[in-house]
Amino acid sequence: MAKTLKEMEKAKEKANLVTIYLDGKEAKVPEGITILEACRMEGFHVPTLCYMEGLSSWGGCRICVVEVEGQPNLVASCVTPVREGMKIRLSSRAVREARKTNLELLLSNHPLDCQLCDRNGSCELQELAYEFGVREIRFGGERKTYAVDMSSPSVKRDANRCILCGRCVRTCREVQSVCAIDFANRGFDTFISPSLGLPLGESVCINCGQCILACPTGALSEVSHVEMVWDAIEDPGKFVVLQTAPAVRVSIGEPFGLPAGTVTTGKMVAAFRRLGFDRVFDTNFTADLTIIEEGHEFIGRVKKGGKLPLITSCSPGWIKFMEHFYPELMENVSTCKSPQQMFGAIAKTYYAQKMGIDPKDMVVVSIMPCTAKKFECQRDEMCASGYQDVDFSLTTREAARMLKEKGIRLEEMPEENFDDPLGISTGAAAVFGATGGVMEAALRSVYEISTGKTLEKLDFYQVRGLDGVKEASLEINGMEVNVAVAHGLGNARRLLDQVKAGNSKYHFIEIMACPGGCIGGGGQPIPTNLEIRMKRIAAIYEVDKNLPLRKSHENPAIKKLYEEFLGEPNGEKAHHLLHTHYMPRERI
Amino acid sequence: MEESLYREIEEIIEKYREEETPLLCVLQEVQEKFHYLPRNVLGYIAKKMNVPSSTVYGVATFYSFFETNPVGEYVIRVCKSTPCHVQGAFNVLQALKRELGLKEGETSKDGKFTLEVTSCLGVCGVAPAMMINDVTYGNLNDERVREILALYRR
Repeated sequence: MAKTLKEMEKAKEKANLVTIYLDGKEAKVPEGITILEACRMEGFHVPTLCYMEGLSSWGGCRICVVEVEGQPNLVASCVTPVREGMKIRLSSRAVREARKTNLELLLSNHPLDCQLCDRNGSCELQELAYEFGVREIRFGGERKTYAVDMSSPSVKRDANRCILCGRCVRTCREVQSVCAIDFANRGFDTFISPSLGLPLGESVCINCGQCILACPTGALSEVSHVEMVWDAIEDPGKFVVLQTAPAVRVSIGEPFGLPAGTVTTGKMVAAFRRLGFDRVFDTNFTADLTIIEEGHEFIGRVKKGGKLPLITSCSPGWIKFMEHFYPELMENVSTCKSPQQMFGAIAKTYYAQKMGIDPKDMVVVSIMPCTAKKFECQRDEMCASGYQDVDFSLTTREAARMLKEKGIRLEEMPEENFDDPLGISTGAAAVFGATGGVMEAALRSVYEISTGKTLEKLDFYQVRGLDGVKEASLEINGMEVNVAVAHGLGNARRLLDQVKAGNSKYHFIEIMACPGGCIGGGGQPIPTNLEIRMKRIAAIYEVDKNLPLRKSHENPAIKKLYEEFLGEPNGEKAHHLLHTHYMPRERI
Repeated sequence: MEESLYREIEEIIEKYREEETPLLCVLQEVQEKFHYLPRNVLGYIAKKMNVPSSTVYGVATFYSFFETNPVGEYVIRVCKSTPCHVQGAFNVLQALKRELGLKEGETSKDGKFTLEVTSCLGVCGVAPAMMINDVTYGNLNDERVREILALYRR
């Protein structure tokens, strides 16, 4: 498994050191690491393509080749361990020529129509071709002619742009443990195929979109809702309502050149208002609502001896994963809809009534860090208002493209506020964007609602951060409540297998499909890597800290919503609009 | 698919349970039974062996001796590896196409022959070579191809 810099530093403290020479410079590095890892530790840049931090290495692309004195052939630095006394040349003529030739071979059957590609500007193949000085195509090979796979509601696959680096395959297998895709056939006919050669839409793909983040080229991208949203915005007969997810405000600055981790809430609101939405609302409003519903569901299950642990249901990738791989845990999963879907149901009922708008003339658009949200809003169950509750779901990337298309420079926008009342939210909703956030928000409210006391410390540091599985406990009315948090479905399996075996000590579990939670979602700007995830998480907690209200049950707009419309939390109306059910799916 | 066939597959899987890499053995033996590996059979094998079906599909499509589509009674596999290529594999393939009226990957209407190309058969010493089901034929030329086909046409 490719190690992070931090892990390597740790390894350095413990392991035996070996002496190697990188372009003549002596370096002492831990035994057992690869040449590439040693280079990164010592501050030498080696270009890579099929290598990816956090995944196993397989040395397939031969872009990271280096020259090792005494070895007849160049070696792939990502899979070659360092040895005592190794003399390594990182950029000799032979190395540069080999890398360039290998890249040219990869380009020999590539479409070479960068201007028409979703990844124009964020493509690693394009960037390497520029850096290596490829200015002509020496090998004009036979091209591939695959049909573009549009069968999935979330992920579009264009195998013609695929360079077979396998990063998507390894991500799906090693990070998500879904294994929806793998290499099929051999030689020139090799391609990445969903299970059994079926279209992706019929596979166990959970629509998380982590493969899109992993893809260095335009072979994988989201199924776009951009054109439908333009049509809605420009239709004078439609009242178009926008909701923006917690994680979008800390990442949408990136495509506009702002550093990762910049909080752009106000600018983002101003930008989308100028894009033409009739109202700019906040998914954070319904994140608070989710906490009220899910908090009461938890309290109810504890009191009435219902099924525990309760598992969160905000992440539609996790939900589909559960339906395929853990259908026996269906009753453990909260019946609460995700904040996106609660928002749609409330907008087309409560808000539509309030404004005197016929819900058939209302279009609800969401901007999500997520590709699975596209799938979620199209689920048959998600029509509580009598119409599809959320009509279109854009990824952060698509939203940024729309702003650019209209010439809106997000970084130059003034700070504006969300519209009322579906734009009012607390810090508890803000932290939904990071792994552990839903749990933290729930604990803040569950504690105060159950005990009637004020929670002294609002920050639950134990559930924050990027450890795969985190846990905490909190005494509530004399009961020790054990909670756990997992992000990335490979990590989630550790908790789920315990629940399945009946030996889980937890009462409440949060699961997010994507590593880092929504800030690392499959719809986020590219690149999304470990460092960027950490910066976005820091920004999320900054948003929380700076809000006057930090507990969902103190949100005045939510209180009013119950008074005016919903009645009791978990009551009949709330149940109809805000709760859902699941279905077992085939493990194809 | 009939219930009894599923049971047969389960028996095959059971037989190789102790093997270190049972998947290849299972696929081979199941193919012997069904002549090819239908999609639902691959899915069933994946489920029973607790291997991702994408992996099973990847293996079944990687090896040219595994068939994922129905094949004829006799599967002719012409080696296209370098030594055979140098010794005239192309002509052998042309002769077969002419004689059988088939293209690569096709099966004759009477269900008798399927024509395919394959990677190295490991008999480079008698290149160009081909296999018909389990039997290997080397030192091929147009005339040999006609003679051999005649044996199977009877």
